[in-house]
Amino acid sequence: MIDRMGAWPRRRVLAGMVGATAALGAPAILRAAPSGKPVRVGGTLSLTGFLAQTAVVHKIASEIMVEEINSRNGFLGRPVEYVLLDDQSKPDVARSLYEKLITVDKVDLIQGPYATAPILAAMGVAQRYGKVIIQSSMGIPKLQTYDMAFPATPFGPNPDQTYPNVILDAMASMPTPPKTIVILTSKFPSAQFMAQGMREQSEKRGVKVVLYLEYESGNRDFGAIAARVKEANADFLWVGSLGLESNQVLEALRKLDYTPKNSFHLYPAPGPLALSPDAKNALCSTFLEPAEPFMSRPGVARQAAAYKERATKANLPYAIIDAQAAGMISEWQILEAGVNGAKSLDDKAIAAFLKKNGADTIYGNLRFDGPYNHGTAEQLIKQVQNGEWKVVWPAKYAAPGVKLIGS
Amino acid sequence: MPSATLLGQALISGVLAGGMYGLLALGLSLSWGLLRLVNLSHFALAFLAAYIVYDLGTNYHVAPWWSAMMVVPAMFLIGVAQHWLFDKFKVNELASLLITFSFAMIVEAGIQLHWTADYRRFETHYSTWSLRAGPFYIPVLELVLCIVAGILAWGTWLWLRKTYVGKALRASAEDADIAAAFGIDHKKLAYLLSGIGAAYAGVAGTFIALIATLAPAQIWAWLGVVFAVVIIGRLGNPLGALFAGMLIGASESLAMAVLSPAWAPVVSFSVLIVILLWDPDWL
Repeated sequence: MIDRMGAWPRRRVLAGMVGATAALGAPAILRAAPSGKPVRVGGTLSLTGFLAQTAVVHKIASEIMVEEINSRNGFLGRPVEYVLLDDQSKPDVARSLYEKLITVDKVDLIQGPYATAPILAAMGVAQRYGKVIIQSSMGIPKLQTYDMAFPATPFGPNPDQTYPNVILDAMASMPTPPKTIVILTSKFPSAQFMAQGMREQSEKRGVKVVLYLEYESGNRDFGAIAARVKEANADFLWVGSLGLESNQVLEALRKLDYTPKNSFHLYPAPGPLALSPDAKNALCSTFLEPAEPFMSRPGVARQAAAYKERATKANLPYAIIDAQAAGMISEWQILEAGVNGAKSLDDKAIAAFLKKNGADTIYGNLRFDGPYNHGTAEQLIKQVQNGEWKVVWPAKYAAPGVKLIGS
Repeated sequence: MPSATLLGQALISGVLAGGMYGLLALGLSLSWGLLRLVNLSHFALAFLAAYIVYDLGTNYHVAPWWSAMMVVPAMFLIGVAQHWLFDKFKVNELASLLITFSFAMIVEAGIQLHWTADYRRFETHYSTWSLRAGPFYIPVLELVLCIVAGILAWGTWLWLRKTYVGKALRASAEDADIAAAFGIDHKKLAYLLSGIGAAYAGVAGTFIALIATLAPAQIWAWLGVVFAVVIIGRLGNPLGALFAGMLIGASESLAMAVLSPAWAPVVSFSVLIVILLWDPDWL
């Protein structure tokens, strides 16, 4: 009796093991490597020109994702091939190249370029040919008026209103909440757009804007600007910077023996700013960093490791995944979700699926049912702490033990 | 109304920033004025030198002054080699624009291939050192740059005015045939001058590595303002190039302090137009 009772569970265990083995093995067998004619996805990136330092990040992220998608089932069982061209950081070149990709190269799908101006140029072409276009770096969402254009980064429809309030909330939580602010911004359109929003929202919330300055993108000398910032001596310095402009501003201030009490930097080069001795406790915008809770999201740890390996191999000085690389990963995840969900390469079917269902991405589930196809804004603040970036705000996104440090 | 301290500080920053304009303009002014070659690759050579200084400093911890001792002679040789090509293919003023532009594009592509398009920054502990003079701060690196630019500009001016070689070069620039009739070998002197111009790009590059941001596309960031400086300072006039650089730098900086930083580029080209229309005797 005991044996029989014991025999049954043993058989059940054995059967279960066989079943489990079959179940685990089946996807690998059924999910054979994608085969047949490749699905060609065309796109441009600014591989040369003044945006090239960021485009190289997007290129690496794309390579990782194309490999990852092909290691699954490709698109509808067919391998994915990324046809990448160089738009030289010029919108007019981007426009011509998207025209070529669609009409001459006859790609099946397209993927968006980098930065607002090339995206706008590509979006016009996509609209003319009825193609879905997914982008991750259009800093001015209201310009995305094409109904088959999808954002891969959770800026939200009005980041000029929502993000300043995230920053102002963080400021209000500091031991001594800042009462005055200097806003210094590049005239690069997306930075200027956010700076104007910061000015409006600061005034609305009673933080006095004592100085608002705009400088030309590519400004060489920050000496005079630093002198004005020092003279204003506000509680908070908000810099609408791109690339190394933040480093230059902080260095120019240091040369005048002045360190801002608190500073925020919009789109800086993350590596050099984190390592700058002048950037202690500097704040910056982000959507994702390679730490908890983000690393617990499906696939993020693997993608972060793959990015580090490839970026190091490519001789990039900052080989850590951040919001730029994550944006491109998200673009591919949205395209994959759209194709798989629609079970088709038809652009209209893909767009309809995405609008209805959204997509699971490195940023979590993104929805496209709001104005300009945007969903909820998920902008975060990170801070340089001991030479590393840590997400500090909103507090629920901070890793255990990490807190916003304010003067 | 901006305070006197702000205006004074802006003036100091502008004059010192103008030192870099002057230093970059120096080699360009010599080749354009005395060789009748518009060398757009001058900017590319300066950035190539900057990248080498950055690389040696960051990866091998070589002090920039030691790097400069290697980079400057290397640039001199590149300048001589470049002139050999110009001479062999009998390149004229207009063609030199196109050829040196192509050369600059090749250098830019090479820099991107080796150092990637990412931003590079040569971090040194002395990059933010300043001297204090009353309420004003004088950045040490920029001050050293201005002193070096001044020595080079003054030395070159004296060389062109007081030495046989310098006078021969100026004579050849005025009228090469007549100069040749007096036994001046213009071709040999042109090699020397081309090398010196490129060596000055090496000096400028050393300071660019210490002061500025490095990215391949930055090669073109200085083009407009340095051309304005060369024209204001008059072609082939080293002291003129330095003074014009400081004039433009100060104008830009004061515009940033009094008006808005966004006005700075407008001011530099407005100064150029005013000077061209005015044509003062002292320049």
